[in-house]
Amino acid sequence: MKSGAGCMKNNEPLLEVKSLKKFFPIMKGIFRHHTGDVKAVNGIDFTIRKNEVLGVVGESGCGKSTAGRTAIRLTEPTEGQILFDGKDFLKVKDRELKAYRKHIQIVFQNPYASLNPRKTIAGALEEILQYHKPELTPRNREDRMSQVLQQVGLSPDALELYPHEFSGGQQQRICIARAIILKPRLIILDEAVSALDVSIQAQVLNLLHDLKRELNLSYLFISHDLSVIRHICDRIVVMYLGKIVETSSSEKLFSNPKHPYTQMLLSAIPKNHPDEKKTRNVYKGEIPSMITPPSGCPFNTRCPYAQETCYRKFPDKKIVDDDHEYFCIL
Amino acid sequence: MLLSVRNLVTKLVLGGKHIAVVDDISFDLKTGKTLALVGESGCGKSMTALSIMRILPQPPALQSEGEILYRGKNILTISEAKMRHIRGKSIAMIFQNPMTALNPVYTVGYQLLETVNLHLGLYGDEALERIRIALCEVGIPSPEERINEYPHQLSGGMTQRIMIAMALICEPDILIADEPTTALDVTIQAQILDLMRSLQERKGTAILLITHDMGVVAEIADDVVVMYAAKSVEKGSVRNIFNDMAHPYTRGLFNSRPNIAAVRGELAAIDGTVPPVTAFPTGCRFHTRCPNVMEKCAEAEAPKVSLGAGNHEVRCWLYEK
Repeated sequence: MKSGAGCMKNNEPLLEVKSLKKFFPIMKGIFRHHTGDVKAVNGIDFTIRKNEVLGVVGESGCGKSTAGRTAIRLTEPTEGQILFDGKDFLKVKDRELKAYRKHIQIVFQNPYASLNPRKTIAGALEEILQYHKPELTPRNREDRMSQVLQQVGLSPDALELYPHEFSGGQQQRICIARAIILKPRLIILDEAVSALDVSIQAQVLNLLHDLKRELNLSYLFISHDLSVIRHICDRIVVMYLGKIVETSSSEKLFSNPKHPYTQMLLSAIPKNHPDEKKTRNVYKGEIPSMITPPSGCPFNTRCPYAQETCYRKFPDKKIVDDDHEYFCIL
Repeated sequence: MLLSVRNLVTKLVLGGKHIAVVDDISFDLKTGKTLALVGESGCGKSMTALSIMRILPQPPALQSEGEILYRGKNILTISEAKMRHIRGKSIAMIFQNPMTALNPVYTVGYQLLETVNLHLGLYGDEALERIRIALCEVGIPSPEERINEYPHQLSGGMTQRIMIAMALICEPDILIADEPTTALDVTIQAQILDLMRSLQERKGTAILLITHDMGVVAEIADDVVVMYAAKSVEKGSVRNIFNDMAHPYTRGLFNSRPNIAAVRGELAAIDGTVPPVTAFPTGCRFHTRCPNVMEKCAEAEAPKVSLGAGNHEVRCWLYEK
């Protein structure tokens, strides 16, 4: 594979998600009648392999963040199965779950909102070590904290400072330091570079790339930015309205997109050079409501190739080759 | 020339000190053309737009210095009453976040009606018809119904279309668009850019586009001004910038962008971070992060150098003859 020359690559799954569903109930009136559901994730399957970056793309409101959070039980799924390292993650309870939490970390879009403004960086990092690694002495904790700050390219002097004393890029580095301090195996990056300026975004992407290699990490990289996804991901999942419509290796998705929605997304990317000729097929209309998604294929309201069967049932999986599959009648 | 900005300086009073957040910016905007102001957050590109509209928050901002010539008249020195006839009518602006730019307690129709009453002097059915046409032009389906809806009932793409309709309803000469598509998805972004392009072709509106996205620049701009730390570091036609980018910062901006076509691996990021307005470095403000830094860069401000083709101009010691 092109990414990270020399890094170990195997096809062993780390996190497997099977027919995962997450519905948020809508309650109305003083008796809290259950009047419907927001079907944020509506039956999806995906696998994150060891030492792999799996990207999730889609427009806002397609359920990509909910998919990420539900897959690691930050919100409990409505239905489905999750296997972490071959073990049924949904059956894990209390104390055992705490042990699992060490292996899975998450970094959010807005670093300033995810750091406590009244805690120093040392305070923010130490809390995690005290909770998950009570056996460490204060001296050990401090060493570990200095070490992770160096790993993310900050000086250990940062420990004494408060979040507002850092720029956005540095704050995001601190959030990444917090995510790697327990030596996790999987990190969910939910729009982790979207709020950063281009020059800073490039620095953080490089950092993520290096950390992945050094620490043997796997990432679930959630983003709406296709060029960032293309840059960092090995495989990509395209979501539309709570469903996965296409899964593919990064190269194949960009060179040979199969699903009309993927084709539309790719054609909407701005061109690289003013002289580049680009044919654009962006279909009219917007993403429908998740409360009453269209029956059959969710894309049928915008798809120019929609046929009668598309309105009746969700299309079957079509396999192009071992790492490229899509859900469409075409 | 439709709009000429000459040596514009806008200062803020911060902690008792006067700090220039727009420092000696000059550019020309031509009828039917698009000029893009490019730079990272905090480089003063939005402040430039607010200075042109004269809607800076005062205080902390001080009266802008320099000249902004709209059809030959300096709009920095005219009275507020006269400016009110220009603002919204001849020079209109759309903002990054349509949700915060629209008033949540009034219907979309009411907010459009205000503009029509004030600037076009139309009332009643005539005004409603004008609004209906404006909403159709920006591609809003069933405008009769949308008129009675509140901003929260519409999606992000729809509210941005409403903002554009509101800005264009008086057929302004100049449209200032401050990051108009940054908050939107790529598919909606493509639709909005197409819309701006087609409206420009039909009506000859000049667009001042503020963005940090080189892709958007490639899509729509004719001329480009690259800003860094309140100064313009390079300007020229879009082809000057994309084919013969000269300033190390401009090159850095291009290289740090993940590219769909290019091979993956390390991105050539610019080291360091954008300096805060209170602590701009001496000399060339980019010298602290510049890969080509020389001794004199820290000492004196870089000279403006004209490069061969067209109006291509760069402010850098590397090109001094």
